Amino acid sequence: MRLLVEGLSARRGEDLIFNDISFALAAGEALIVTGPNGSGKSTLLRVLAGLLAAESGGLFLEDGPPGFKHPHELSHYLGHRNAMKRELTVEENLSFWQRFLGDAPGGTGTDLAAAAEAVGLADITHLPFGYLSAGQQRRMAMAKLLVAHRPIWILDEPTAALDAGADRLFSGLVAAHLGRGGIVITATHQPLGIGQTQALQMRGFVH
Amino acid sequence: MIALFFRDLKLAVRAGGGAMLGVLFFMTVVAVIPFGVGPDLNLLARIGPAILWIGALLASLLGLDRLFQAEREDGSLDLLLMQETPLLLTVFVKCAAHWAATGLPLVIASPFLGLFMNMNEPAIGATMLTLLAGTPAITFIGAVGAAVAVALPRGGLLVSILVLPLAVPVLIFGVSAVYAAIEDPAPFLPPFMILMAITLFFAVIGPVAAAAALRHSAD
Amino acid sequence: MNENSLAIRKFSALANPTRFLALADRVLPWLTVLTVVCFAIGLWLSFTTEGDYQQGETVRIMYVHVPSAWLSMMCYTVMAISALGTLVWRHPLADVSAKAAAPIGACFTFLALVTGSLWGKPMWGTWWVWDARLTSVFVLFLMYLGVIALNRAMEDPGRSARVSAVLVLVGFVNIPVIKFSVDWWNTLHQPASVFRLDGPTIDPEFLWPLISMAVAFTLLFFSLHIAAMRNEIWRRRVDSLRRQAARNAGRETLAP
Repeated sequence: MRLLVEGLSARRGEDLIFNDISFALAAGEALIVTGPNGSGKSTLLRVLAGLLAAESGGLFLEDGPPGFKHPHELSHYLGHRNAMKRELTVEENLSFWQRFLGDAPGGTGTDLAAAAEAVGLADITHLPFGYLSAGQQRRMAMAKLLVAHRPIWILDEPTAALDAGADRLFSGLVAAHLGRGGIVITATHQPLGIGQTQALQMRGFVH
Repeated sequence: MIALFFRDLKLAVRAGGGAMLGVLFFMTVVAVIPFGVGPDLNLLARIGPAILWIGALLASLLGLDRLFQAEREDGSLDLLLMQETPLLLTVFVKCAAHWAATGLPLVIASPFLGLFMNMNEPAIGATMLTLLAGTPAITFIGAVGAAVAVALPRGGLLVSILVLPLAVPVLIFGVSAVYAAIEDPAPFLPPFMILMAITLFFAVIGPVAAAAALRHSAD
Repeated sequence: MNENSLAIRKFSALANPTRFLALADRVLPWLTVLTVVCFAIGLWLSFTTEGDYQQGETVRIMYVHVPSAWLSMMCYTVMAISALGTLVWRHPLADVSAKAAAPIGACFTFLALVTGSLWGKPMWGTWWVWDARLTSVFVLFLMYLGVIALNRAMEDPGRSARVSAVLVLVGFVNIPVIKFSVDWWNTLHQPASVFRLDGPTIDPEFLWPLISMAVAFTLLFFSLHIAAMRNEIWRRRVDSLRRQAARNAGRETLAP
């Protein structure tokens, strides 16, 4: 499976945020998007996740499973917000997303206990999500990536609220996903240091 | 999809959810009417069905603005939008859960409030039946307003303003069906059938329009 | 040490939730037994005394209706005193007491409304009239529900306590209105016939079952209230334990 991005540009209001971005990612490869604030990292990731329409260009999937028209149907997106409900317990949150998202072809998600174990928080899944600290909430949001299988992970500043230990844990999760033949696109300042990584430096669009 | 239905129900019932507030608001609205019009039992019995309907309409508007806004605030809306499952099905299930959590309690509470209004048994039964058939339409219309106003900071009031005019036909046929049931010459079925037709119509149009609005509101 | 300061010391010793729990454990079984005995006596009296020559058997509804109506007002008074305790003396158990009393009060008010409605149908020919006494009790019911909704809406118990205490105190003006509504306005509901300056006007035949039922209901209220306060203290402890567990979780596994 290959993800191809060709001549992508996006606009917000009247401003062109970025222009003519192209790259190709094969299975097991990661792309790290870097750049100063306001250079359009988040916008790029949201376009890739299908949440914003591209101004021109597009993204395609080569050798993907049949029946999926858009790559975003095969993607996990972890934005700035965790997409978890404070009122529900961690377990209820994770099991909802597991059942709602379902597995994409070519893999199965891990069960809830194993996913919580993988982010190092196995024994607090019975607590309401709102009781957790910001870092723990972020780690639980990463556990969400594991409970339902998606070959492509699109991660926007995933390590923003994390300490050094959790940073390493996150790198491990990404490495494991790449090892299973997944694709990771992430905006981060954290060097992953593992596997085939490409880098994309966003400069922002200058008129 | 079933998972989404039960998650939304759970959220509505948990602390801070709006399920109980709607019924409380309904009761309060109906309770203040006699202070305004006076405690004349015959008058109350005559205007009772209309008051119950207006109260239910206002009460079901209450939590509507949070239907998609709460999802947007914590980022869940992004994930709902990305999926392979058709968005209009997601919207439909969310509406169904919202109705089950806020609309259904109103229907169940209406007979008790009917007693307060000194309505007789056929009138209470007819009001309950028409509310059961009509309140889903209000939720589906409201979903469109909630989707349009999802990105606005003070969307709550705007949703009510957008939705109320659209809900007028529901009110007209709901109330006229009740009066047809209690006043002999007019037949009950025609207005009631129209009411059900309106509900079915909006059960299709509402999710389609709301899904379209949600797609374009993404930023 | 004089007696007054001893009483104050006892009272502030109760402020410690642990002591309260120990006291509740000791008092609650006795109170429960006493409540059951009083109910047995009250119910036996209620069903063995004569019916009214005008109202027939329906007069027995009174033995449930009147005590619940009394308690609906007393419960709100307890809540108002607790609210004062929260705002003025900052007594740590006061907001527990107010929070625990609200659902109990709502139940008694609901009971009073339902039994009144059942009694009104054969007597007045209607389930409900918008007369001063009935309306103000209904408003009291809505106020109870409002306080419960407010308590549920806020996560932090300390903050919600202050806010709902203010609401409870503002709502307290309704209590005298309910109590004297039947005297101030000429309404369908009969005026008070037990607590009067010139002695009760009610027939002794009805007075004794009524008084024993009232005592039983009051004891029931106190047992329920103490039990609910105990549950609320436990609930808060479980809550803080859970927050503690969340803070401690995952520390050792990730320590660099």
